[in-house]
This record gives sequence, C-alpha cells and structure tokens, in this order.
Amino acid sequence: MSSEPYFRSIVELAAALDAKQLSSVELTQAIIARTKAVEPRVHAFNSFDEADALAQAAASDARRAAGQACGALDGIPIGLKDVIAVSGQPLTASSKMLKDFVSPYDATVTTKLKKAGAVLWGRLNCDEFAMGSSTENSAFGPTGNPWDTSRVPGGSSGGSSAALAAGEAIATLGSDTGGSIRQPAALCGIVGLKPTYGLISRYGLIAYASSLDQIGPFARTVEDAAIMLGAIAGHDERDSTSFKIDIPDYRTELATNRGPWKLGIPKEYFAEGLDPEIAASVERTIAFYKSQGCEIREISLPHTQYCLDTYYVIATAEASSNLGRYDGIRYGHRTSGATDAVDIYAQSRAEGFGPEVKRRIILGTYVLSSGYYDAYYLRAQKVRTLIRQDFLDAFREVDALLTPTSPVPAFKIGEKADPLALYLCDIYTIGVNLAGLPAISVPCGFTKSGLPIGAQLIGQPWNESNLLAIAHSYERAHEWSSKFPSL
Amino acid sequence: MNYEAVIGLEVHVQLKTQSKMFTRVAAGYGHEPNTLTDPVVLALPGALPVMNKAALDAIIKAGLLLGCEIAPVCKWDRKNYFYPDSPKNYQISQYDQPICVGGVVEIELPGSARNIMGEHKKIPLTRIHLEEDVGKLNHGATDSLVDYNRAGTPLMEIVSDPAMHSAEEAYAYLSSIRATMIYGGISDCDMEKGQLRCDANISIRPVGATHLGTKVELKNLNSISFVRDGIEHEIKRQIAAVERGGTLVQETRDYDGQTGTSQSLRSKEMAHDYRYFPDPDLMPVKVDAEWKSRILAECPELPFEKQRRFIEQYQLPYSLTSVLVWDRTLADFFEEAVKLAGSSKAQAVGNWIVNDLLRELAAAHLTLATSRVRPAHIAALVKLVDAGTVLTNAAKEIFVEMAATGDQPEVIADRKGLKAAPTDTNELETWCRDSIAANAKAVAEFKTGKDSAINALKGPIMKAAKGKANPKLVDETLRRLLGSI
Repeated sequence: MSSEPYFRSIVELAAALDAKQLSSVELTQAIIARTKAVEPRVHAFNSFDEADALAQAAASDARRAAGQACGALDGIPIGLKDVIAVSGQPLTASSKMLKDFVSPYDATVTTKLKKAGAVLWGRLNCDEFAMGSSTENSAFGPTGNPWDTSRVPGGSSGGSSAALAAGEAIATLGSDTGGSIRQPAALCGIVGLKPTYGLISRYGLIAYASSLDQIGPFARTVEDAAIMLGAIAGHDERDSTSFKIDIPDYRTELATNRGPWKLGIPKEYFAEGLDPEIAASVERTIAFYKSQGCEIREISLPHTQYCLDTYYVIATAEASSNLGRYDGIRYGHRTSGATDAVDIYAQSRAEGFGPEVKRRIILGTYVLSSGYYDAYYLRAQKVRTLIRQDFLDAFREVDALLTPTSPVPAFKIGEKADPLALYLCDIYTIGVNLAGLPAISVPCGFTKSGLPIGAQLIGQPWNESNLLAIAHSYERAHEWSSKFPSL
Repeated sequence: MNYEAVIGLEVHVQLKTQSKMFTRVAAGYGHEPNTLTDPVVLALPGALPVMNKAALDAIIKAGLLLGCEIAPVCKWDRKNYFYPDSPKNYQISQYDQPICVGGVVEIELPGSARNIMGEHKKIPLTRIHLEEDVGKLNHGATDSLVDYNRAGTPLMEIVSDPAMHSAEEAYAYLSSIRATMIYGGISDCDMEKGQLRCDANISIRPVGATHLGTKVELKNLNSISFVRDGIEHEIKRQIAAVERGGTLVQETRDYDGQTGTSQSLRSKEMAHDYRYFPDPDLMPVKVDAEWKSRILAECPELPFEKQRRFIEQYQLPYSLTSVLVWDRTLADFFEEAVKLAGSSKAQAVGNWIVNDLLRELAAAHLTLATSRVRPAHIAALVKLVDAGTVLTNAAKEIFVEMAATGDQPEVIADRKGLKAAPTDTNELETWCRDSIAANAKAVAEFKTGKDSAINALKGPIMKAAKGKANPKLVDETLRRLLGSI
C-alpha cells in the first residue's frame, strides 16, 4: 500500500473512509493537489472543476456521517474521459469542434456513478473523438506517460490511463472501440477493462463507431475494476443496444472463483512485430498460470489477419455518419464569414476537425458510397462474423485467451508519424471489439528501461466474472500494481 | 400522337403518436419553436435513439389495412445527407427491408353524375416504410431560423407502383389513403399541418407503349387539389416539350400551387448519394404473428367495404352512402341510429343525417362529437313520422329545434303542438266535399287538365283542420272525390 492516498485503491480508501481515518474532502483535496503538481508534465486533463469536486466530496462526507454512505465508491474521486457527458461540465471529445460545448445532460454511466456517491473529477484528455492510439490526436495537446512523460500514454483513452497512473484520480472511465482502454492501460501499468458489447449503456457517450464503442473502467487493481464495473453495468432503456441481463456481484465472485481454468494462446498473436521484451513477459505470465494448474492450449484464430482492415472499414463508416451532427448549426464550432448552409458545414468542419478525424470521415464516406458499399462495408460485416466465430469456436475449448495487449511499449511522442504505423498498435485489441467480447489488460512486468507491459485476457461474452477472476488470480501473486511512477 | 401519363406517388403520413419516433419527448404541432426537443431530437453529442413501439404498431396497422405483407423483422437504416433541418445529418429510415411490402389502395373515380357510382380501381403499392420527420426552416431576409419541433415525428412513406394514369386517379388515390389513415386512427392527415404530404413521379409515353418514359419527380404537392393541378400541369408540360421536338430530362421539380407553375430543383446528376447503411444504434425488432394478430383485431372496416355493405344490408342509394361512409364517426352514428330505428328505416335515418343533421351542424359550427342530436333522437323522430304522429313539415321543424336544444322529438312536438291531428276520415271527407262545393271555378279548371288547380281546394281544408291534416291524405281524398264528379 502506498502511503499517499492518491496512489491507493478504491478498496483501501473505502475502508479508510468507513473507518473515519480520512474524509472524502481530504481525499479530494489530495487528488486536487496532486493533479496541480503533476499536470504541467502529464497533461491528462482537458479541464477540471475543483469547487464542484469538493462540493461532491462534502456531500459524500455528510452521507457517511449520517450513516447513509452508498457503498465502496462513495466519496472516491473518479475521472471521466472527455467523451462521456456530465451535466453542466464541458464535453469536448478533445476536439476544437466542441471546445466550448457544455453538456446539458448526464450520460447513463454518469448518473450511475453519481448514485454510487462517486466524486466526479475532471474531463480527461483523449485522441480527438477517440480516434487514435496515443492521445497525440487531441486538439488540446498530447498527454505524457507518467512513467516517462516524453512518451505517449497510449490511446485513445490516454488521459484516463495517465491520470490514474499519475495519482490524479482513484479510478477513471474510458471508452474502447479498438483497444482504447486496454492499450493505454498496458502502456501506463494499470488495469483496463473493456466489457462485453451491450453490458454498459452508451447513452451520453460521444459516438465514434457505435457497433464497437464500449465504456469501461481503468483501475489500480482487478478488484477495483470489478467494483467499477458493478457500478456502471446494466440495461438502460435509453440505449437499445444495451442488453437485459442480470448483473452479478462481480467483487464477491472474485473471492469464490479460484479456477483452475483452461487458457488458450492464439498463435497469430505472437507473430512478427511483437516486441521481444513483451513476448518474454507474456510467456512468464503463461508459465504462471500453468504453474497454478491451468491447462494451456495453443489455439488458432484464423481470420486475425483481416481484423485491422475490417475494423477500419466498419469503424470509419459508422464514424462518418456519427460525426455528421457536428455541423456548426446547433452547437459547436461555427466558422465566421460563411454565407450559406453548405459553406457553414464545409468551413466549420474543415476548421473544427483535426487531420485524423478528417481522414477517417473521408475513408468512411468512401466505403459507404454507392457502388462501393458491397465491396467494402458489406464485405467487412461478413468478415466480422467470421472473426467473431473464430473466438466462439475457441471458447468451446477454453475459458479465456491470453495475449499481449500491445505489440510495443510506450513510444515517444511524435515517433509514429505514419498513421498506418499507429494503426498497428491495435492489432491485438481490435478483434475483441469486432467480436463484441470482454477483455482486460493487467500489468505483467516492465521493460528494462522501466516501461510497463500489459497482458490481455479475452473472455467469453457476458462472463466478466470469470474474466476478472482469472486476472485477479495473477494479480494477487504479483507486485506490479504496487509500483508507482516517480513524477 | 396520343400520350399516356404514368404516375407513381410517394405519400408521407405523420403518425398520430404521443411521443416522437426515437425518444420520449412529445410530438405536436403549433408549439413555441424548439420546445418539443431533447438531447435526442437535437442530436446532442452522445444521444441515442430508442424506437417508439406505438409508431411500429401504427404502421403495421396501416399495412394490414392496405393488404401489405408485414416483414418479420423491422430493421433501421441511416440515410446520410446534410441539411440544416436534419439534426443528425442523417435520417433514420428503412432502406432495403421496409416493414410493409405490396398491398393495394382501392380508389373510386368520379361517376357520370353525383348519384352514380364511379369506376373502382386497385392501385398496387410497392412498399410502406417508417422514418423520422425533419425540422422546419423559416427563411428571413438575412438569416434562416430552424425549428426542431417537427424533427423526429414518426413519418410513414407510402410508395405506389407507377400505376396511375391521370391526375384524377392520383387525386382519388390520395383521398383514399387519407380516409383509410383517418379511419384507422393512424393519422389525422391534416395537410395544412403537414401531416399528409405528397410527391409524384410522372412520365409520359405514347398510348400503347409499355416502356417507361423519363420520369420527373414533382415535389411540394401540399394540398389535395395541388396534387391534381400539379400533376395535370406536369403532364401537359411534358407533352408540350415532346411535341415541340424536345427531350425530357430526369429531374426533380418544385410545384408552386399558388402560381400553378413548377421549376427545376435538381437534375439526376445532382442526386444525393445517401450512403445508406444499417443503423448500429438500433437493434432489429421482430414482428411475430401474435403482434400482427393483436393489431389486426384493432383494424376497422374500410370505407369502400362499408359502402358495399350499406348498399347491400340497408338498401341505401349510392348517393347517401357516398356521404355516410367517408367519415367513420358519421357512419358509426348512422348505424347506431339504424339499430334503434330498425333496419327497414335505414334510408329515412340516412336522409335525416345527410340532409338535415349535417346542415344543422355546419350552421352551428359543431361536429358529430359536439352534436346535441344523438342517434336516439334520429331514431325517435323517424318512428314518430312513420307512425303518422308527426307530419313531414312538422318533423323538419322539430329537427331544427332538436339540433338547437337537444330535447327529444316527442317533447318538442308536444311543446310546440306539432303532432298531427288524429285522422278522422269522415271529417276529412266532409271538409273536402265542402271545399269542392265552394270552389266551382277551381274544380272546372282541374277538370280541364290544370292539375295545379287542386291546390286552391286544399287551403280551406287545412284551415278547417287547423293545419294538422295529413297533406298526403288530403290530396288523395280530393282526387278520389274529383274523379267521381
């Protein structure tokens, strides 16, 4: 356990709050102070509202004093990626397009966290409209990786991972469309969970690619992730893609589910391009599970090679349509000097969107165009079905798959100037989104130069309980989560 | 050369639902601008659509009424285009899997006279699909304002085959759809409120040809008469162009009903690429047999079916049915009155409703719903006349009073002393003989063939009877007596 409250887990802090060793206001003040101290180097936040956070903390303390605390999250400062709506707070998607936009309503996950008593803290930086793998595409400047601020924290939820790793929040929420939670979690040495598509309401999440987007938690520990998941999961009548299923008590199930499990190792995920230090760390992780009595089986996901292409057709197609609403008419950036509606659109969008967003809108518009739809979008949907079937076939044999999360550790800001080189960062994470599966990245070591490494566990649909338990059994036996960056 | 027009109509019908197509905010007309909005309607960042099941119920009902096949799955697509009245810059619609396929709209063309039934035709439908309406732009001198109150209202698009050949048919088609939708409670179809809108695809070809000519889409046919006038105008325009030796271009034209002219909006080359794709925010909805049969149970008898039944069951003349059946509440009112008066009195009931009730309601600016005359009043009045208790002229007077007060006819007859005198044929015959004896001149004239001279004999009889003699009986008695002179 760290002596600094801002590096402690939800579980530890909830106990301290209950024992009156600490108040939520004190904890929030510590987080604010820490944030102010490290933000000049990390830049994880697009904005924060101290007075608002302290008022929430005071309300939490009052609840606790009256014996009405809501549970483990009551009074815990939690940061939200700047694509999740909080009423009365800015909602920018790290885009010039929404630079001055304030959301008039709460996302469903926001409402749920408020009900759980959490102290909502700050708007976290990300790649513009969640498009990217390094947070360098933010219109408000890149975020630094707390382990080496000259390096990227990953992306697109890089602000969420960096803020947590740097002690600027106790847990955070991100969104994951092709790896945007798991990859930054791996690069920042924390836990990142992408739930099954449909487990978490997307209402109030700025849409990038609707059929792939899913909100999920970043946490210091698997147990904290289980607490966060329990707080935000569940059917929402405002999101017709959210499923009606019973939500188990994920935290309780962690304690009871001890395995052993059958783990599959997809051979396609250990091919060319994988950093040898990462490969070695993941091999040690496999060896650990084997030593615990788990059966390790090499399996094949034969359509893996098509994941990246399929993703960039489907995601950009949906994005080209989802981002149509940012037109300068009702809200957001509007150009000055346009003389008609078409000019307002063209100029506002030319000025408001950054290059990666434009690239994806253009690609998506192209693949949906008359005459190309069948060759691109329709074909991609068929391949997507095959990719999902690969995973479902594997799950007939094994409980979960174990892979590296990212082929490379955190790289230098500005190092990957070629968009295609950046796209390759997601090769191990994208298939999970295409198949709608849950997956978690857990810290599994460091490179010789001290950069975190993450291992990805991919679980069966709707079985987050098992996935968390498998991750938890590894985490308990290792010390990775008690290592903190020195900033 | 003689030309034939080929016409297909795209009719948009706003559904009468409490809330909008994909959110809970109320649908409505005539509210303060931008008050019927929420994050979904305004397409705020992060907002998501959720389907209004009542709208799906309504379109299934429309489909069942028009004999469509109902698709087993309701699937949603996005139609992408930029326009300021479209908040998302895509419209949620149904592209390749409309919820209703096929079906027919029965129409009646004008008969040779008002009281003669015209030719009936069945216009085949291509499809009916559901989508969301857009907002409204209000253009000022230097700026344009947009009102999103209408945006997101459930909107049904009914697409016919290119199977009509005259403006008259198109007019009858639209009238029939309108009546059907109102009958089903699906829409109020008030064209002034934009609840029913129509675009027409029009082409011409030489009579006898089977190919389709170059089609022109005519937009903004925003009243039923504009539909007729606009299509007529377009057919003439096309024929004139071809006869001048010109060729037609595939284009979209805007019809101005005020001036009766049209102008080109865009050519085929300028047509949008809507980049349709399945909406990933909405799950397809299964429509099972149970759902369909629940809706089927709510489907009313359609106007033409009702008309055929009224003619057969009640022996009503066409002219009465053509008034009675087009308004469902009027037809129901009629049948309720018939039930009380007896089937054999159906025509009398129909006459009272069509001739007297509608006149009185119009004069008093009332509707059937607010009418003081109820079916029981009509039935009671018909019975009084039938029994000879009230004579026709008196009954007319009673009706006016009944419409004004809502009192029962018998009460009015008593109050106003309008009941016929008990018929004493001996007394009547005496009065008739007296009148004949006293009016030798009129009798002579009658005898020489001047039939109207008989009227001069009736005055003294009515006077003697204090106005309560049955005029028909007076006439019969006089003629009998005069015949024996």
